[in-house]
Amino acid sequence: MDIRVQEAAFDAGAELNAFTQRQENAGAVVSFTGIVRDVTGGLCQMRIEHYPGMTEKALMQIAQEACTRWPLGDVLVIHRFGDLAPADQIMMVATASRHRNAAFAAADFLMDYLKSRAPFWKKETTADGADWVAAKDEDEDALNRWTAPHGSDTSSGDR
Amino acid sequence: MDVLYFAWVRERIGLPKERIETQAATVNDLIAELCAREERYAMAFSDISALRVAIDQELTDFDAPLDGAREVAFFPPMTGG
Repeated sequence: MDIRVQEAAFDAGAELNAFTQRQENAGAVVSFTGIVRDVTGGLCQMRIEHYPGMTEKALMQIAQEACTRWPLGDVLVIHRFGDLAPADQIMMVATASRHRNAAFAAADFLMDYLKSRAPFWKKETTADGADWVAAKDEDEDALNRWTAPHGSDTSSGDR
Repeated sequence: MDVLYFAWVRERIGLPKERIETQAATVNDLIAELCAREERYAMAFSDISALRVAIDQELTDFDAPLDGAREVAFFPPMTGG
């Protein structure tokens, strides 16, 4: 498991190649890269605040939970903090497994959990000023599909 | 114990961290104590449903006991990813 919380930019392509190359028994690698998106038009800057100490712990717990739910060979999580600009890469996850279903489901699970359970907060600055990004109800709802009865069944090979 | 504030909670209270000597039994009791101190705390804690709390870096509930807690943090719902 490789969990990194950092201010520096990272190269998602190079990270994915390195992650893929160190897998010995994986038949599938799935990755997701999050990019700063200019939702309203006019986004100048995105600042990401986090809770040093708790962030690393929370990401580790989420990754460990993914490993207990699916047969994963490896997990990579990189999440940046500090000042970012539109089109910058914010974060990435990658999962490796023998089969694609587990790798896809685990990456999906990791994203849902780290959106709402890892202590990061985004503040957007536009020409009109700066404001904190509010959490969305749908992000919280997304967690329910992993906890609801049979919620994780979608990962077991029928999709 | 250390009390930490993040995001807009930090901005409303005006500091990221402070050391507080308290006999508060629960998180709710601690909040009541802080709110009684100064208006800026009352403003930050006016709607608990808009806040989350962690004790010793683990998310918990507002009625959780503070017994033995070293660090309590208040912040809005998280927006990672």
